[in-house]
Amino acid sequence: MATLTLSNVKKSFGKTDVIHGISIDVADGEFIVIVGPSGCGKSTLLRMVAGLETVTSGEVQIDGHRVNDLEPMDRDIAMVFQNYALYPHMSVFDNMAYGLKIAKTPRAEIEERVAQAARLLQLETYLQRKPRELSGGQRQRVAMGRAIVRKPAVFLFDEPLSNLDAKLRVQMRLEIKALQRELGVTALYVTHDQVEAMTMADRMVVMNGGMADQIGAPLEVYANPATEFVAGFIGSPPTNFLSAEIIGQSGDARIGVRPEHTRLSDSGNLKARTVYSEALGAETLVHLKCADGTQVTVRQDAASTIPQEGTEVGLDWDRANEMRFDSSGRRC
Amino acid sequence: MEKRVKFKGIWLPILLVLPQILITAIFFFYPAGQAIWQSLFIPDPFGLSMQWVGLGNFEFLLSDRYYRASFVTTAVFSILVTVVSMGVALYLAVLADRLVRGSGTYRTLLIWPYAVAPAVAGVLWLFMFNTRVGVVTWYLGLLGYDWNHVLNEGEAMGLVVIASAWGRISYNFLFFLAGLQAIPRSVIEAAAIDGAHFWTRFRTIVFPLLSPTTFFLLVVNIIYSFFETFGVIHTITSGGPQQATTILVYKVYADGFVGQDLGSSAAQSVILLAIVSILTVIQFKYIERRVHY
Repeated sequence: MATLTLSNVKKSFGKTDVIHGISIDVADGEFIVIVGPSGCGKSTLLRMVAGLETVTSGEVQIDGHRVNDLEPMDRDIAMVFQNYALYPHMSVFDNMAYGLKIAKTPRAEIEERVAQAARLLQLETYLQRKPRELSGGQRQRVAMGRAIVRKPAVFLFDEPLSNLDAKLRVQMRLEIKALQRELGVTALYVTHDQVEAMTMADRMVVMNGGMADQIGAPLEVYANPATEFVAGFIGSPPTNFLSAEIIGQSGDARIGVRPEHTRLSDSGNLKARTVYSEALGAETLVHLKCADGTQVTVRQDAASTIPQEGTEVGLDWDRANEMRFDSSGRRC
Repeated sequence: MEKRVKFKGIWLPILLVLPQILITAIFFFYPAGQAIWQSLFIPDPFGLSMQWVGLGNFEFLLSDRYYRASFVTTAVFSILVTVVSMGVALYLAVLADRLVRGSGTYRTLLIWPYAVAPAVAGVLWLFMFNTRVGVVTWYLGLLGYDWNHVLNEGEAMGLVVIASAWGRISYNFLFFLAGLQAIPRSVIEAAAIDGAHFWTRFRTIVFPLLSPTTFFLLVVNIIYSFFETFGVIHTITSGGPQQATTILVYKVYADGFVGQDLGSSAAQSVILLAIVSILTVIQFKYIERRVHY
């Protein structure tokens, strides 16, 4: 258990700057999710905390101690990899015991700690198996077990669920979160999936092009996105963006309105033609196209009447739900 | 799903495997059969008559002090060649694997010796270590060491081992490097996070994961050192001094074609054949069990 502090951390590969300075204070026991599209530098950031990449400038502190120049093994962290990175020639038991054996932990204690982790992860009956004899979800659990037994100060997760199928992903999402709460350990979790970020995070860091666009609690980020990118990335279906001009305002600002805040109405200050609608059961997503080609999605209650495809309808929303972004994408 | 082709008749499949069977029959079964047959006779030096001796050739060989010495020589030689060529290759491969820039050049340069024929390699090393004009001999002389592999048995063995292993290093290096690069990076990183330093990682993770490659190379290198080193030995030492480098294959040649004792030579071929068969069976049966995957 520990705090984690990043102060203006930067990373360059040769002349290419990948991370442009990120600062964040992670409290003890906090679950932080770093979310962003491919290539935004989120995995690199995690690997810098792990010590698998050097820090170009800035400082990484674990529990108040600078760890920039420490080897991964001296940082008191554990990491779960996307492809699990299990040792294929070792049994599940040996996989979990590896770190403890290297630390020369007494045999009895190793057995006790592995047994404890195995119980927690429901792996007790698989301890003698090799990783290749396990399913994807079980391998994932072994990777978690390997991290748990070492009782690290910080847990690092690098897209741990992306190799699982959709159903298992939902289940493991809950398990990981529950486990983290139970152990009360500080966690840094990288994902490109905004649903994982929304559901698991105490606070999330939305990264875009090597910068942290916004850091905050999931609902706060959702309700109050700091940039146009965050508004578009968090939330599904994504926020509708309209130029100020087409709703009769001056300036080059862009207006963002979430699909659930957009209404179909006869009056409305904007006209659009319905293109396509997706009935999802509890709700229906209506996709429309404005005169200038802007696409808009409206989330409708399934009970409401859905206009025929090709009809022209009005769009309306409360001004309170409007989000304005300047030309650089910042909130204004 | 396994893809299987079903033939209607018997003739087409026979025709398809015929070339392989013919090659094996003409170049392996026929000469091997001849060797077994000949090993039961003593022919006169001109090949005009053959006298049946049964297992006499084998009896004579197994009680022959020189032949038994040749067994020991072969064992020493092939173990040394295999250990040296695989050890050096593994070391170089580990270094090349850690290299980020220039690994292509390094790799290409290391592969070159493989293109050198064993006999040519033998001549190259012979020149370097020539007792009168060799460069290395001269430098060793400056250091006060009197190199003379023509008289010194240990030096002769050392030289043929180096010359035989040298070309092999390239080959082994290629396989080791490919094996190393097939190990997922994240597994190594996980071990690093788990607290394993470089040598611990190598011993507990890398080497076990490399074992299929190592096993394959072990078999190939032992067979190489048994048979394909003839050229090196012939050019450098011709089996001397005092038969110190006469490995079994060289003795087959020396007794048969130089000593004109064709019956004994044939018997030696048969013994060699048996040894290699047994070695291969042992290797696959016992060593493979400890190989992962």
